[in-house]
Amino acid sequence: MSRRSRSRAAARLRAHAPVFAALGDDTRLALVAKLADGRPRSISQLTAGSRLTRQAITKHLRVLESVGMVRCSRTGRESRFEFNPQPIEGMKQYLDLVSEQWDQALSRLKSFVEGSKL
Amino acid sequence: MDNRIEKRIELKAPVSRVWRALTDYREFGEWFCVKLEGPFVPGQVSRGQVTHPSCEHVKWEAVVQKMEPERLFSFTWHPAAIDPKIDYSKETPTLVEFRLEKTASGTLLVVTESGFDKIPSERCLDAFRRNEGGWAAQMKNIENYVTQKP
Repeated sequence: MSRRSRSRAAARLRAHAPVFAALGDDTRLALVAKLADGRPRSISQLTAGSRLTRQAITKHLRVLESVGMVRCSRTGRESRFEFNPQPIEGMKQYLDLVSEQWDQALSRLKSFVEGSKL
Repeated sequence: MDNRIEKRIELKAPVSRVWRALTDYREFGEWFCVKLEGPFVPGQVSRGQVTHPSCEHVKWEAVVQKMEPERLFSFTWHPAAIDPKIDYSKETPTLVEFRLEKTASGTLLVVTESGFDKIPSERCLDAFRRNEGGWAAQMKNIENYVTQKP
């Protein structure tokens, strides 16, 4: 990915609502998992095998679209949705950062209570 | 997406020793690298100054939630709040919980941090920028992650 398109993705991410909240729902998580192979799908394809209605699925897709996690393109009357990994990526790196800080703190705690020098 | 962090660590020290290291504000400050103004009290704000060499400009602030002796210590705070230009106080804090369990060789400490679903996307973007190098490799990880967790 080029620096330019990466910064465009960053700008889009900045403008959108929290990504975590968008993924805090089983249906949306399942939709992202389905689309993660990179293949664009129509709403009918995404509704197949689900107990939810086409309208409900569409609503969830729009939430994912609003945080930049999926992209929508139109061919004639049909909308097709495609996975966009950038927002997830930023979120994962945030968690990695916090996680790494815990690793460091806990390793200092271990030295501290086990009596060796910090 | 699993929006919590969990760490488990075996400590070769009695539960009472670990409890003290966690809840005595001076001892906590030693290993957490923060100089705290006073003791932890449930329901009260704990303030201090980070002493870690790379973050000495950073203020430390948390609200102590629970202190159940030798069992549970928890507080809420703003994780990775290291940019002095940002006012983190309006953001929803995360909850940090330390749980202690006695084991044959000492103490099992389980640390969880939860509530990341309310973290603003800007915080994610900051982390994203700080770690551009690993981007390509991370892409693959994400793909694996979301496909394995339908």
